[in-house]
Amino acid sequence: MKARVHVMLKEGVLDPQGAAVQHALGALGFAGVNGVRQGKVIELDLADGTTEAEVGEMCEKLLANMVIESYRIDLL
Amino acid sequence: MRAAVIQFPGSNCDRDMAVALEKSGADVQVVWHKDAALPSGVDLVAIPGGFSFGDYLRCGAIAANSPICRAVVDHANAGGYVLGVCNGFQILTETGLLPGALLRNAGLKYICRTVGLKIETANSAYTESYSAGSEISVPIAHHDGNYFADDATIARLTGDDRVAFTYTDNPNGSRANIAGILSQNRRVLGMMPHPERAFEDAHGNTDGQRLFAGLMAQLTSA
Repeated sequence: MKARVHVMLKEGVLDPQGAAVQHALGALGFAGVNGVRQGKVIELDLADGTTEAEVGEMCEKLLANMVIESYRIDLL
Repeated sequence: MRAAVIQFPGSNCDRDMAVALEKSGADVQVVWHKDAALPSGVDLVAIPGGFSFGDYLRCGAIAANSPICRAVVDHANAGGYVLGVCNGFQILTETGLLPGALLRNAGLKYICRTVGLKIETANSAYTESYSAGSEISVPIAHHDGNYFADDATIARLTGDDRVAFTYTDNPNGSRANIAGILSQNRRVLGMMPHPERAFEDAHGNTDGQRLFAGLMAQLTSA
């Protein structure tokens, strides 16, 4: 089984990379991009039967820094 | 004073840190990240700057989960002294020994230059040989030095006099201009600027020397 973990900076945490991407899209002529937030996607290849709770523990211990980031888990 | 300097793959200020401590009179041992224990009788653990594990995942995240860091956390929890500089500061926040996190610099650029620092408190072994309110110059060299913590944490750090250094001209977007913070027992210091690079006459600036001298005086008399 696989899981896909999405890690994003929390709302309210400044994302200078997202802001730079937004600026670059504007420079390319794409109007109406009101905001860009950049995060990361981590794909995990897991032993069958791994629970979402276990993946959550992986997120909280390592994959995300809960001070600044939030995560979402998709079991595939 | 017995000091241990932790070495990770990608550390690059480990030797500078060891030399600064040695020249201040400490008995220094360099400790590899795979070791599970610190040398016995260590007073101070120094976590040097660099790019441990290539900054993979997040700066300091992999290092914070290495075997030696468990020993460093135990050392700190037992009242030991820990100094984290640059990547060392990032590692200390990742272990939870210090609150907050270091984000990408607000201007997105890697910054390598000497900056002005204000000594916010002289109430720590690290800062006692400076006077509170005075200013010093110390180099920074980082891409992710933008200190972030929520409002309650910033208020707690400020209220408890745990902000050790602030930037006189904020280079990276850090909240409250924070350049270095202390733990609640004031024995763990994390700072982005490099005092070990402002140590010898050959560096052209010796403003960092007193940090080591103060530490030495405090830990030798203890």
